[in-house]
Amino acid sequence: MEFFRITRVIPFMKHALVFNVISLVTFVLAVVFLSTRGLNLGVDFRGGTLIEIAYGHSADIGHVRTVIDKMNLGEFAVQSFGSANSALIRLPLKEGLSTAQLSERVMTALKGDDPSATQQRVEFVGPQVGKELYENGALALLLVCIGIVAYLAMRFEWRFAVSAIIANLHDVIIILGFFALFQWEFSLPVLAAVLAVLGYSVNESVVIADRIRENFRKMRKASVPEIINSAITSTLSRTIITHGCTLMMVLSILFFGGETLHYFALALAIGICFGIYSSALVMASLVMWLGVSREDLVRPEKKTGAAGAEKILP
Amino acid sequence: MNRYPLWKYIVIGVALLIGVFYTLPNFFAEVPAVQVSTSKSNVKIDASTLQTVEEALKAANVPYRGETVDATGVKVRFADPDTQLKAKDVLQAKLNPDPNNPNYIVALNLLSSSPRWLAKIGALPMYLGLDLRGGVHFLLQVDMKAALDKAADRYTTDIRSLLREKKVIYAGIAREGQNVAVRFRDAGERARAFQEIDKAFPDLQLREIEAGSESRLVANLKPEAQKRIQDGAVQQNITILRNRVNELGVAEPIVQQQGADRVVVQLPGVQDTARAKDILGRTASLEIRMVDDDPTAQQQALSGQIPLGDDLLVERSGQPVLVKRQVVLTGDRINDAQPGFDGRSNEPAVHVNLDGTGARIFKEVTRDNVGKRMAIVLVEKGKAEVITAPVIREEIGGGRVQISGRMNTRESNDIALLMRAGALAAPMEIVEERTVGPSLGKENIEKGFDSVLYGFIALSIFIIAYYELMGVISVISLAVNLLLLIAVLSMLQATLTLPGIAAVALTLGMAIDANVLINERIREELRWGDTPHAAIQAGYERAWNTILDSNVTTLIAGIALLIFGTGPVRGFAVVHCLGIMTSMFSAVFVSRGMVAIVYGGRKKLEKISIGQVWKPAT
Repeated sequence: MEFFRITRVIPFMKHALVFNVISLVTFVLAVVFLSTRGLNLGVDFRGGTLIEIAYGHSADIGHVRTVIDKMNLGEFAVQSFGSANSALIRLPLKEGLSTAQLSERVMTALKGDDPSATQQRVEFVGPQVGKELYENGALALLLVCIGIVAYLAMRFEWRFAVSAIIANLHDVIIILGFFALFQWEFSLPVLAAVLAVLGYSVNESVVIADRIRENFRKMRKASVPEIINSAITSTLSRTIITHGCTLMMVLSILFFGGETLHYFALALAIGICFGIYSSALVMASLVMWLGVSREDLVRPEKKTGAAGAEKILP
Repeated sequence: MNRYPLWKYIVIGVALLIGVFYTLPNFFAEVPAVQVSTSKSNVKIDASTLQTVEEALKAANVPYRGETVDATGVKVRFADPDTQLKAKDVLQAKLNPDPNNPNYIVALNLLSSSPRWLAKIGALPMYLGLDLRGGVHFLLQVDMKAALDKAADRYTTDIRSLLREKKVIYAGIAREGQNVAVRFRDAGERARAFQEIDKAFPDLQLREIEAGSESRLVANLKPEAQKRIQDGAVQQNITILRNRVNELGVAEPIVQQQGADRVVVQLPGVQDTARAKDILGRTASLEIRMVDDDPTAQQQALSGQIPLGDDLLVERSGQPVLVKRQVVLTGDRINDAQPGFDGRSNEPAVHVNLDGTGARIFKEVTRDNVGKRMAIVLVEKGKAEVITAPVIREEIGGGRVQISGRMNTRESNDIALLMRAGALAAPMEIVEERTVGPSLGKENIEKGFDSVLYGFIALSIFIIAYYELMGVISVISLAVNLLLLIAVLSMLQATLTLPGIAAVALTLGMAIDANVLINERIREELRWGDTPHAAIQAGYERAWNTILDSNVTTLIAGIALLIFGTGPVRGFAVVHCLGIMTSMFSAVFVSRGMVAIVYGGRKKLEKISIGQVWKPAT
């Protein structure tokens, strides 16, 4: 099998402007969704209580709602979760009522109403802890960005580092934009997924950057856009096959991993799809706009050595 | 060409062997077991305990499947959960004849049924997180302000008795926030007080303040003393939590300090979460105060007018008691409280042991108040309740106090337990809780396993179809990666969580990247007309740089998660980071070795089985 029978170098960079406009539009849209709708922060970050309950029969969500409504606990939400027999209850933080009391009171009320109800899971996060988790998440994101920029600047060149981080942060913003648009729950595992995507997409950019550097050495007469085009074209099959494989695994988590991992897998899936696009097209064109040149990548001492060798060789 | 030196094969062989051995324990099912351990320092667990356990089980005709004794206690395995429960009851009755004062903790547990020789070489199954095995996780915050308030309270009392003892004349003493303020009418007395206090309590910082006609002396804790009190408060609370957890009979509990003022409690496998919360959440503190026996004051209080400086509290029997607000002793002055019997009358009693300061204060108070009543007050979440209010018969010195009269054995047990458990240095609040039921844990394992399995199958089919023999090699090296990853996780006894299992799947999906890079590169070299041997050589060499760079960036993200992540997310990060490292070894080193076995021996290699290499028609 061979999927990619590319006869000539595809002139990606000719359309660089178009890609950048597309990126900008999706980016702006994501930012708009984020600022207008905001993230639907989960219990992890916002604080509050989450109770998962399993019934011996299919759960009557409306009925559960009325039972809890009577308890006067503030703005709560009840939804079905995973199978038809489960219900997920979210309760806000309430002053002067500890988690132990809260979840127990809810359980007693529900058990009194229907003895087949069993508590599967309780998650409670206090306001202080929620804030800390949020801050730690932001700090982790920052640390990843700094680490990646530093590493790429060292291994390649600052232009690659800056382009890669911009291209991949744009992925992150787009994932967050999806979560804001559909109001999917943003929890700790989703944050882990976002950071994993960041690392993974950069890995993609590295592959292309590597090829660009190699091409600068090999194709001495070619112009910068030609070199970038050739790099993207020659890594295209690998990019798509690798991402396809990773996506297979992620979809497997999405379908078989259960409700707990649902949004985690979803964030990864979106991230992987956009990762292909951003690394190949956004990062490469940014590098071009930033004005990368052969001298930036092919180290001078190597160049003189190579030039010297050229004269001797036939 | 493409030969691989022998030492590299030996490295691969050793790695695989270690991988197999350490992965093996995970495949053995867990069997129900009962674990006997102790929380008391004077009780030893040794071969004789094991013998007692064996004899008890034989006598009760409970069949068991093997037993071990190690540092953590005696562990006995059983065929099924029913026998396990029966054995637990038998052992509980045999080892703890007095259920109120248990010497041993008899807990249900699950043990791996892997053979003993594997355990001997340190090969143990992965440690499952709470979301996989079910259990309770709490994060408790110690209220530091309350700890300091309490310390100031204690110093107020201490300074008062010191000044009395040294016959220094003062006008009044009171706690103001976290300071202790003493008022004097005479500056000379104040100077004397300054000296005495400074000598007796080196942890206090003293300031002299003139306020109108009064001269005041304000004492507050030095910063280093504050820190010591706070550290001490956390440590004391941890000790108390450990005792409470032992009461629950959990096989492998974790009670640990996290940060400056937090305590993590993890109780794996606990089924009755409500009871666990109840016992842990008992944020009680104990106070000893005097009962206001003035009949008119009592009359007033009952009619609704509570006299200034008094509280109307309720005794456990339901009777109202009027108690003075001033605290004589706090719970942290109590070293121990044990149920027992009065030496003379043989009545049930509670023996209380006070620390040095406590003993001194108690002596003074009892001397001044013979014939009056003293209330032992349990303050739970701001609600005070009188446990008991005994009459003081005589002056009690030496710090050994006996409370007796009007109680039966059960009550004396209860009171002793409450007095011990109530000695929290500072109140605690649950700031995070994660409880997972055991059935959900089992479901999570199955789901996680399924997603890895199906993802791996789909990926293998595709890769083999696309790259043929080279694809088979890639899939085998991916399987080696999985093996090594599980082996390393088991070896490190890292905690596996559900996001951790997801990370296994994700890491496999990412790790294939290295093989795809290599295979694509080989195809490309073949396309340009290289000989098969040269193509393999170039493919591996050129791809290596890229693999290294791309893995380092992924690793950076993983490490950031490891640093900032908590709980399940940290589980994800651990697996992710380890998986990246094992993937570099397996994808490059192991797959190269296999290629060398398959193709290395042939001098003339016409073709590599790497799928169709399409060449553009020029």
